[in-house]
Formats: sequence, structure tokens, C-alpha cells
Amino acid sequence: MATIDLGQIKRTYGAGRETSYARPKPSFGDRIQSWMPQIVMTPSILAAMFFTYGFVLWTLYVSFTNSQMMPSYEFAGLISYQKLWANTRWQIAYTNFFLFGSFYVVITTIIGLALAIFMDQRIRAEAFFRSILLYPMAISFVVTGLVWRWLLNPDTGVEKMVQDLGWLGFQFDWIVDRDMAIYTVVFAGVWQASGFVMVLFLAGIRSVDSNLVKAAQIDGAPMWMIYWRIIIPAIQPILIAVLIILVQNALKTFELVQALTSGGPGIATTVPAIFVFDVMYARGQFGQGAAGAIMMLVMLLVFLIPYLVYLRMRRRREAE
Amino acid sequence: MSDAGFDHTKLGTLQQRIFSRTVVYTVLIGFTILYVLPLIVVTLTSFRSLEDIYTGSLIAFPRSFDFSAWGKVWSTGCVGGNCQGISPYFINSVELVVPATLISTAIGAINGYALTKWRFKGSEFVFAFILFGVFIPGQLMLLPWAWVLGKIGLSNSTWGLVMVHVIGGLGFVTLFCRNYYMSIPDELIKAARIDGAGFWTIFRRIVLPLSPPILVVVVIWQFTHIWNEFLFATTFTSGYNKPITAALIAMTAPQTDIREYNVESAAVIIAALPTLLIYFFAGRYFMRGLTAGSVKG
Repeated sequence: MATIDLGQIKRTYGAGRETSYARPKPSFGDRIQSWMPQIVMTPSILAAMFFTYGFVLWTLYVSFTNSQMMPSYEFAGLISYQKLWANTRWQIAYTNFFLFGSFYVVITTIIGLALAIFMDQRIRAEAFFRSILLYPMAISFVVTGLVWRWLLNPDTGVEKMVQDLGWLGFQFDWIVDRDMAIYTVVFAGVWQASGFVMVLFLAGIRSVDSNLVKAAQIDGAPMWMIYWRIIIPAIQPILIAVLIILVQNALKTFELVQALTSGGPGIATTVPAIFVFDVMYARGQFGQGAAGAIMMLVMLLVFLIPYLVYLRMRRRREAE
Repeated sequence: MSDAGFDHTKLGTLQQRIFSRTVVYTVLIGFTILYVLPLIVVTLTSFRSLEDIYTGSLIAFPRSFDFSAWGKVWSTGCVGGNCQGISPYFINSVELVVPATLISTAIGAINGYALTKWRFKGSEFVFAFILFGVFIPGQLMLLPWAWVLGKIGLSNSTWGLVMVHVIGGLGFVTLFCRNYYMSIPDELIKAARIDGAGFWTIFRRIVLPLSPPILVVVVIWQFTHIWNEFLFATTFTSGYNKPITAALIAMTAPQTDIREYNVESAAVIIAALPTLLIYFFAGRYFMRGLTAGSVKG
């Protein structure tokens, strides 16, 4: 970043002004002027302090109380956490997070990368394909969830359609099957996110040094090997950023499940975000809900902190 | 690989090339169908009569076009017992998203400007401090927000949600504007300072006229997120004060009577339309503005 020494400018342009502006005491207005950036930032700093960090600490505190219906401020140690980890619904919720999360992250990344590579083959109507694949980013998880609920429901969707066409034995009822319903959530999540991931990868692929690729081609390397050995390693920073975005999405997944399966059948597709919302909002068990919310934050930090360390190390390496 | 003189797709024998072209187009077209299909299905369903729908599946072409679902969903459809259609909720969402987006965008521009063009001691820390908020799951904010909104008399109100979204969006709007303003040369600002221009004059005369590309990004981002948001919407409002996403979930909740899929489909389209229109008409400005900003980010 090109920074210019302010003193240098003053010496060059303002040699005469320096003396004429010399005042014994800056006026009140001038002093306000010189503090303007800090004054302007103050509301945002205070808002972050109270409404982000303050709120997190508050929820942390509530998680150490035994709050029901009304928040109580009597310290109760780890009771809420004990209740949480003994709760079958929470056990299902965090198992689902790992199950849904790993399938969602891996499949979205693979499909996004594959689509980006295909889009990189100088195809016709690239803009058309890109805008179709990316449009789910513009619509809400609520809409995505509802529409796929209808399409995946055996009574109204694909199963019924295929049976009406004459294949009476056709079955596709994952969404009402306890063991399979979570994979319909994976499907809808992948559907929503892969276009976005594709665009990120495509931008990365296009910025890879074409000389590297040419050199490999002259050496006779087949195209798949060039992608595998040169291009994918070159876009590694984007790959890692994508993984972090997707892990974060997976953890925050809430309305998609709410609209698609409402956490069911039964409680089979409950995820942490649904659990916390339900326990807090519908049942008023604030202590346990807060404990669940804190566990969500912990799971997030488990992924986020290594990423921030990685970013810092990379920046240092680039600076050297 | 933007090198025009060299085309890696022209390598290999003719047969290999035809084969690989076929695979590429088949996969892309297959995915395109998978992506457009839901949109087509809900659109067609909204024009089908209930008898038509219940003789088969939802995936079918209308036998005759029936527009009654559209009138019904707008003014007489029932949302959890309130039968005035979806229009009150649509209006709530408009009344929420317009002020919240405008306020956030203004804050983002001013924050980004102050943090890049008037760096002060600790300004990098201030940025990180504000940015971290974007990672925190909304579930941690539910209880405290409910309490604060109650205390200041904004429970169950659109203005309460405006406040939640403006504060919740601080991190992203500051990030976008800061990254973009880094690409405005500091020399411009310094020259103006030497001429005696102050903080606000420089903002109005120099920075704001250069800002449209990033303001478009922030407006689209905030509009889409706030319009589509559900967790806060459903927690902090009830009855007729719900925004459209919360109303849509209430309208389509499992129920005992016959489900009116045509009316629900029309509701889905109405809920999705504003952000879809923005995407199709302004989406390219979004991508352009975002990449313009990230060059130096």
C-alpha cells in the first residue's frame, strides 16, 4: 500500500503555510475536528460492546444459572450444562450437526469445485449458467426449505409423480424416514450453497498464473493432472475460506430445517440451532437454552480460531 | 486462465474433445434443470386449481390456468388464524427492510471512511472488534435482545427489528466499505486536507461520489439478508407484526384441513420475488462492486 509521508507533503507544498497556521491554542471546533474519526466510530464501538460482547457474556452468565421461564441471576454452577448433556434431544442435535455438517461441507465443496472446473472450459452461455446456479443465494432458506419439502414429500412430490407415470413400486420417502431425513436437509443445503461456492472457486481458478498451466501442458501433462497438481493447490486459500464459510453455515442452519422438516419426523432432524430456539422460546428453559447457545459458540470457535491463526501466519509469510 | 492465445480445450484428438464437451454440457445442463425446477414447479402450482393438484402430484403442468390463488393469498388467505392474506406481512417486511438497509448503508460508509482515510491509534483493533460480531450465532442474542427490546418499548414492533438488524449488520457493512475505501488513493484525501477540507467535507465531496459501486453491494447484501431473515423475525414479533418469512412459516405449518398448495405456492413466490428481482437486475453490480473492493482487502 502506497503511503505518503505527510511531513514530506508539508515540506514540499506547505512550507509557507506551516508558519501562517501556527496558533498558540487550537479552538474548540478544531479539537472536535481532530477527534472526528474517533467520535464517528464511538456509536459502533459501543453497539458492538453492548450488543455483541455484552450479550454473549449475558448468555454465558444465564447458562450458569438455573433459569426457567424468567431469567434468574442466582449462580447455579454447571447444572444447565449437566441437564443439556443429559438431554436426548441435544445428543441428537449435536450428532446431527456433525453428520449434516460433514456431508454438507464436503459435498458442497466437491460440487462447487467440479462446477467451477466445468465452467472454466470456455463454454457458451457462461453468464446464463452462472446466474441460474447462483440464484438460490438470493432466496431465503425458508423458501428453499418449503419448496423442497413439497417436492420430497412422498404424497405430493417426486415419489407421487413417478408412481403416477406408472412405476407403482417407486419409493422415495427419505423426508419422512427417521434415519434418512437428515440427508434431505443435506440435499437442500447443498442445493442452496453450491452455486455460490462455484463462483468463489471460478474467480480463484481464473486468477491462477496461466504461465504455470502452459508450462505443464507443454510438458504433456493431461488436463485433470494440471487441475489436481497446479490449479487446486494454487487456490488453497480460497478452498480453506470456503470450508470455514460452510462450517459456519452448517452450525447456524436453522430455518432450512424448520421449513423442510420442522426438526422431524419426531425429533430426528433437530440441529443445535433448532434445539436452542425451541428450548428457550417454546419451553422457556432459559438456562439450558443458554448453555446450548454457548456450546454452539464453542463449536464455532473450535473451527474459527485455527483459521484466524492460519490467516495470521499466511500474512506474516507474505510480508517476509 | 484468461490467456486468449492459448486454449487448453483445443488439445487432444477430435473424439476426445467431442467427448469432453458432451460431458461438460450434460453436467451443466443437468444442474441447471435441478436448479430451475423448484422455481418452475411453484410457479405452475400457483396457477393450478385445488382439484387439479389433488388428482396428481405437485409436479405437473396446469390443466387450465386458474388465477384465484393469487387473489386469495394477497387478501383473504389465512396465516395462523388471521385471514387477511399475506399483504400485511409483506408490508411489514418492506417497512422493516427499507429503513434498516438505508441506516446500515450510511453507517457502513461512514465507518469504512473513518477507518481507512483517518486512521487513528487502535483503528485496526476497532475494526476487528466490530467485525467479530458477524461470526456469532443469532441464538446467543435471543434472550438479551428480547429483554432490551422489552425495556425500551420496542417488543413486537418493526422498529425493534430495524434496530436488531442495523446493529447485527454492523460487521459486514463496515467490512465491505472498509475494503473498498482502501482502494481510494490516500493522496486524494491528503491533498484535500492540505487545502483545508475537514472530515465531512472530504466525505461529501470526494469519497461519496466514488462510492456507488460499494453502496450497491451493501444495499443488496443488507436488503437480501434482512428480507430473508427468520430467527429474529419469528422470535421478536407475533400476530400481525410478523415479517413475511415468519408469516410464510405460519401459513404453511402442518394443519388438519386440506392444504391449499396453490395459495401456499403463490405466497412462496411473493416472499421470494423482491430479492429475486434484485438478484436478476442488479446481481452483476454486486459481483463487480465486491471484486473492486477485494483487490486490496
